[in-house]
Amino acid sequence: MSILVIAEHDHAALKAATLNTVAAAAKLGGDIHVLVAGANCAAAAQAAATLAGVVRVKLADAPLYAEQTAENIAALIVANAEGYTHIIAAATTFGKNLLPRVAALLDVAQISEICGIESPDTFIRPIYAGNALATVKSADKVKVITVRTTAFDAVGQGAIGGGAAVESIAAGPDLGLTQLVGRELTKSARPELGAAKVIVSGGRGLASGENYHMLLEPLADKLNAALGASRAAVDAGFVPNDYQVGQTGKIVAPQLYIAIGISGAIQHLAGMKDSKVIVAINKDPDAPIFQVADYGLVGDLFQLVPELTAAI
Amino acid sequence: MKVLVPVKRVVDYNVKVRVKADQSGIELANVKMAMNPFDEIAVEEAVRLKEAGIATEVIAVSCGATACQEQLRTALALGADRAILVETDAAQAADLQSLAVAKLLKAVCDKEQPGLVILGKQAIDDDANQTGQMLAALLGWPQATFASKVVIADENGQMRATVTREIDGGLETLSIKLPAVVTTDLRLNEPRYATLPNIMKAKKKPMDVLKPAELGVDIAPRLTTLRVVEPAKRQAGVKVADVAELVAKLKNEAKVI
Repeated sequence: MSILVIAEHDHAALKAATLNTVAAAAKLGGDIHVLVAGANCAAAAQAAATLAGVVRVKLADAPLYAEQTAENIAALIVANAEGYTHIIAAATTFGKNLLPRVAALLDVAQISEICGIESPDTFIRPIYAGNALATVKSADKVKVITVRTTAFDAVGQGAIGGGAAVESIAAGPDLGLTQLVGRELTKSARPELGAAKVIVSGGRGLASGENYHMLLEPLADKLNAALGASRAAVDAGFVPNDYQVGQTGKIVAPQLYIAIGISGAIQHLAGMKDSKVIVAINKDPDAPIFQVADYGLVGDLFQLVPELTAAI
Repeated sequence: MKVLVPVKRVVDYNVKVRVKADQSGIELANVKMAMNPFDEIAVEEAVRLKEAGIATEVIAVSCGATACQEQLRTALALGADRAILVETDAAQAADLQSLAVAKLLKAVCDKEQPGLVILGKQAIDDDANQTGQMLAALLGWPQATFASKVVIADENGQMRATVTREIDGGLETLSIKLPAVVTTDLRLNEPRYATLPNIMKAKKKPMDVLKPAELGVDIAPRLTTLRVVEPAKRQAGVKVADVAELVAKLKNEAKVI
């Protein structure tokens, strides 16, 4: 068995999701190789070499991978797929965009967003927005898999003795199908939503974007938390879309999730119910969020949130 | 330019799904079915492209059992010009997987030669999020997934789409050559409702029926579902009286702060 993990990185450093993906690979068992495709990305490859369990890093360093487009990276993966029993990536927007393309080119199924591994060919994955869990067995020669990162604890970084060997591989063709026009990434000093230990999340109960920032930011500052939101809050324009936690937003599982003014629609619960501890603050004692919350506090959030911030 | 819109018949998003007692799947008997909401957004976008004079014809396609005609009629009522059903028997339809659908759609694209295929980023039943990317791969076309804005224009004789994509941490804008595959995210548009006159008109619009064998596509499943279970229920916890009690619990009991 030999597993190829597709690294997600910004050329300089690995994204945290890669550490969870390597952890899933370790659960499969077998040699773990990591593919780092980028432009001037030797630093990311070196970081991948120090991940626990990784025995080899394949580095494709070429300008055509600067923009991380699915078309070019899929072609590279397919050219290097020989000998691997599993090709896996994180179920982030990067991995979800890329791996089905790889699977189709290899004429195999993709198994999406697995949250459990029963054996090297049998996996557990959520369906119907997490309202059911399916156990599926793959008959394909290569298993192409995306991994729900919150289901696998990140592996350690910084192996003793410099870690795995880094081998440069030839770049694949530049298909020239896609041009990047630009990216608008939300800049924040806070931890990334997908990797944060604590998340403070707000919903429609906050009534406005100003209230969201005024009430939630001081609390998030004190807890070194990431900020999240329900779809209702995003649709109402309180915060941008990338704050959204839920079925169609981010799936998170922090140590502590504080839901403020969030009623707890199924689609929101699908995104956060695997959090270790859930706190809900809501004025409606019958809100569905209280059915999943470990600690519920019923009352006026405009009074309770500042109180909580002061008390921590 | 022709625009092809694949649509999937799924359990209506308002239905609370139940797992079958024998763990073989989800209970589908007497359950309301509907068009996958992400595909509805795709139909709306295609119809808007036609209204803007960019698309000349909007073709809705569905793969599955005879009942998928209902969703195709919905697409026609929303403004698609004609429909194609790639019809399988009920047993095949129950386990028609993304790769097989992508291959069927590729065969339809080979016949119809659309300039754009636009479909939902995922279906709300199996949540696979694969079909669009797989179709793009099989056709050798560019892809722009998770679109929140699509602008199509002629640039020096070459039709291109400028697509804003919802990615982790923000937005990305790509310029892709047509023909291409675009998959839709929630914020792309708000689909219209079908009006009664349009529902009546839709009944007269043409619908072709093709079989997978005519298209030369093997639709055998690659994945076997061994069982489907309900996830472990999270136990409701306790209500605390005030902030002081909450902070005490978080510090001493849960030990998370």
